[in-house]
Order: sequence, then structure tokens, then C-alpha cells
Amino acid sequence: MATQHSRSAARIMMAPAVTLLLGWMLVPLTATLYLSFRDYRPMRGGDLGFAGFENYTRFIGSSSFWPSIVTTLIIVGGVLAITIVFGVLLALLLDRPMWGQGVVRIMVIAPFFVMPTVSALVWKNMFMDPTNGLLSHLWRFFGAEPVVWMSEQSLLSIIIIVSWQWLPFATLILLTAIQSLDGEQLEASEMDGAPVLARFWYIILPHLSRAITIVLLIQTIFLLSIFAEIFVTTGGAFGTKTLTYLIFQRIIESQAVGLGSAGGVYAIILANIVAIFLMRIVGKNLD
Amino acid sequence: MGRITLDKVTKSFGDVNVIPPLDLTIEDGEFVVFVGPSGCGKSTLLRLIAGLEDVSSGQIRIDGNDATELPPAKRGLAMVFQSYALYPHMSVRKNIAFPLKMAKMDQAEIDKRVNKAAEVLNLASYIDRRPGQLSGGQRQRVAIGRAIVREPSAFLFDEPLSNLDAALRVGMRLEISELHERLKTTMIYVTHDQVEAMTMADKIVVLNAGNIEQVGSPLDLYREPRNLFVAGFIGSPKMNFIEGAEAAKHDAATIGIRPEHLDASATEGTWTGKVGVSEHLGSDTFLHVHDTGLAETITVRVNGEFGLRHGDTVYLTPQADKIHRFDAAGLRIA
Repeated sequence: MATQHSRSAARIMMAPAVTLLLGWMLVPLTATLYLSFRDYRPMRGGDLGFAGFENYTRFIGSSSFWPSIVTTLIIVGGVLAITIVFGVLLALLLDRPMWGQGVVRIMVIAPFFVMPTVSALVWKNMFMDPTNGLLSHLWRFFGAEPVVWMSEQSLLSIIIIVSWQWLPFATLILLTAIQSLDGEQLEASEMDGAPVLARFWYIILPHLSRAITIVLLIQTIFLLSIFAEIFVTTGGAFGTKTLTYLIFQRIIESQAVGLGSAGGVYAIILANIVAIFLMRIVGKNLD
Repeated sequence: MGRITLDKVTKSFGDVNVIPPLDLTIEDGEFVVFVGPSGCGKSTLLRLIAGLEDVSSGQIRIDGNDATELPPAKRGLAMVFQSYALYPHMSVRKNIAFPLKMAKMDQAEIDKRVNKAAEVLNLASYIDRRPGQLSGGQRQRVAIGRAIVREPSAFLFDEPLSNLDAALRVGMRLEISELHERLKTTMIYVTHDQVEAMTMADKIVVLNAGNIEQVGSPLDLYREPRNLFVAGFIGSPKMNFIEGAEAAKHDAATIGIRPEHLDASATEGTWTGKVGVSEHLGSDTFLHVHDTGLAETITVRVNGEFGLRHGDTVYLTPQADKIHRFDAAGLRIA
């Protein structure tokens, strides 16, 4: 009785928020869907009418389409691998009691607060510049020819920059997970004769699986749409054109809003495929 | 074999000296209980024996061999933790098999031992479940199972029953005692509950602030407590202590008399007082007697059918040969 009443009351009270969120999501989605069926070129003649599925076929038929998908997946996969592996290692390190723990933790988390454009520019000009960057000085110090990062190792450069930004996030979540591990479990495994690596493999890693899943899912959502890092470094050149960047080029540079919107719909589909794929692999960790 | 000797073992955390030099020998096959109030160092002592803490000085010998510097896994001991410390992502079977797997035993032998442990502990019906799906008592059994498959030279129990409800605790107490009878392996058991200590132990070690107050069989400790601390800690309800003139009559600074060694009567006796709260357990009744002029409260154990009520006058007579005498330093006078 009481629960019935409070349940309907709760529904009424939640309704405005739910409606707002739904509108927030539906309006741009419908706009994108609508525009993807129009031939709309704002500075080159405006709305040129209904286009049917032409935008879709043209977008997918473009020679940049499949490479952009591959690039997107390489960047997302590379960043995920780096952030999770190093995130686990850093979290293990930060979990140890040490002098200056508080300061070190804040330092480790700091990159997350730097804006993507800023961090990408810092990396591009301070570290990866072929003549004056710190890395080129390092290479020269060892007598090697400096790497021209942005053109020769463009994909790797972007993966490094984005990983640097997202490593704190992974570390933070994994650190809290490690801290919630029951110390008696580790002691029990020690008594059971498990050496350090076995303790990591059989006790710590399974305990972290849930947190790793969460890092994987959240980062994937954000990494599929990275843009600023590419915009300020390579500008989409040297094989760094992701799906997001391709859509940007179609809409802003080519002024083909309809074509870009069709690309947006593809991006939604891609994101969903990746999401389903990830859920399948790691979903059992979230039961 | 599992003979454990502690030789002048000390432990300090920074400046805090938790265990002053301590000597103790635990014979093979004994069921030894460390008992004491919380913070007395009994768990630390167990962890020192297990190797989970390093001793600050002194030596630990297991079967005559110096084990002071050995890592926990090499000491051949198994421990059951207070929180059971089961591995939550492994099934019961894998939990129990884990120490064997770590010892690189072959799979056929592992299966054999796990099945045997499952049979002994009666946990075959839930062997493929995860710890999260088990009740407290079942988890306790799994933790014991994980300890026995290794066939250790001694078992260490760290307050294993404190997370169970009262009824289950009594049951598990019996099971652990039975297990000891069957395996005849050394067991060291830490508890703050003197009832567990009395019912299970071959030998009780009473600890207070890291010091061993007394070592002996449960009945020795009950009959001849060495000092006031042991006298007050062992036995339930607690021994009554009487100081002053009444104690001086027995040439002692303090005399102690257990509630069960006082005869109560409604008509005549040595001491008089007024009945306060009476706790009825059915078989027995514990009377809390006030206004005796001896101590604030004197507890008496009387027959369950004893008729006195709150406020009634009661006469108490101590059984002369059951009076414990202690000197000014709190030590027993023989």
C-alpha cells in the first residue's frame, strides 16, 4: 500500500528529469536522422531537398571510410591496452605505503585535469617536436636520428598523448578497487604458498576484473569520439583520420551536412557494435 | 609432527612493545587456546607463529628447526582467518584446491584430497558454489577445508567463530573439537571467549598485555588461578573478589570465591545481603546480591527453583575449601 503510493509518487517526481534527459537525447538524434536524408549544404546552396539513402551510400563508398574505421579502432584499442596495463601497475605502486603519498597521488591524477587541446599541444611542441622536442634531444643524446613523431609515427603519437590523458582515470578507479581488497585474502594466499606473481594473478587481478570492465566501458565511450588531440596535432593527416574526424571534415570543411549526418548515424552504429562486443566479452564480470 | 617452541620472542610496532619476551612450548597434537581480552596481543602472537608478522627478536622453532626467518608458506602451517578469507571468485572446490595447486601437486592427487576434505567436512553438496552463495557456517567449513587439505603440521585459528550466531557457534565448536580428535594435529586457537577456551582446550594460555599470565589445563586454571587476572578471566560468571577486613581474616589482601561455591539460604549464613537482579537460566539462577558490606555486588549461583525475589534478604556461606587467597601484588597464596 504505502509502497504502491510512494512508487507512483516517485514516478511523478522523476518524470521531469526523465523527460528532460529523453528530450536532450532525442532532439539531436532526430535532427541527425532528418539531416542525413537531406542534401543540405549551408554555404553552397542551402537545403537542396530530399536525398534518400544517397548520403549513406556516398559516405560508405568514400575511400576514406574504411581506413577511418580501422584508425578509430586502433586508437581506441591501443589507448585501452596502455591505460589498463599501466593503470594496474601504477595502482599497485600507489597502494604501497610510501613517503609523500598524498602529493604523489595528486601528481598522478593531474593529467586528467589538463584540457585535451592543451595536453596535445604540449606533447606536440615540447616532447615530439623533431628539432626542439625533449624526445628528439633524448634521441640525439644516444646518437640516434630523432623521430619525426607527427608524420612518421602519427598514430603512435596520438595513442601516447591520449593514453597520457586517460591513464589517471584508469589508475584512480583501479586504485580504489585495490584498496577495497580484503588484506586477509592476501595473507591467506600467502599462507597457501602463493608467490607474488601467483597472488597477483589469482587474487588481485580477479578482484580488479569488475573495475577493469568499468574502465574499459567508460573509456571506450569517450575514446570513440576523441577529436581535439587529432585536430591540433596532425589535423587528420598521416593516417590519423578517425570516423569522428571524417564526419567533422565532411560537415565543416566540405559543408556537406547531410553527408556528415549519415556518417554520424554510422558512428552511432559503430559505437553500439563495439559496446555489444565489449559487453559480451566482459559482461559476465558485471553480474 | 607439530611441536612449536617460542624462545624469548618479542614484537614491537615502532615504540609500542606489544609482546615482551615470551617463552612458550606447544607440544605435538595439543589443542592450545590463546585467550585474553581484546588488545592483549593474542592475535599478534598467532600471526608471529604463522609468519605473517616478523618477530622483533627471539626465535620460533617448529619441530626443532628454526623457523624465525621462514616465509609463511614454508612453515607448514595452515590458518583459518576471522573473516574466513575465502577467494570470492573461485568455487568452493577451487578454494580448497588452491594451496595444493600452489604446491604444484598433480591434478589426480588434488581431486582426491579435495574430495576427502569435502567428505570429512560434509560440504560436498555445495562444492561447486561460490563463497558468496554460502552461509556463515558453510564458509567456515570451507575455510577449514582449505586448511586441512595441505595436511599441515599445525592449524592456526584466529577467532574463527566470532562471526557466527550463538547457536551455530556451539555447533562449530564441537565440530572443531571433533576434528582435532580425528586428526590429532596441533591446533592453536585464538579467542576472547573464555567459554570457547574452557570447552575446547587441552592447554589454555591466558594473555594480558602481551604477557603470559598462566598456562595450564582448563581445570587447573579454574581450580588454581595464579593471579587475580586469571581468576577473574576464567569462569563464568566471574569470580567475586573481596578485599579489606574479610580478606584479612584469611591472611590475604584479596580473597576470591566463585559464584558456584557460595551457598545461599533465606534463613542463615555467614554473610547477609539484599537480592538485586536475578538472572534465570532455567537450570540455574544467578543472584546479584548487594549491601553485603564486602563488595559492591556478590554474584551467587543457586538452583533454578530458588525462591527469593528482588529486595529479599539472603544469607551466603562460602565453601571454606574453595576460597582463593591473593596477596597485595595479586598473586595466589598457596
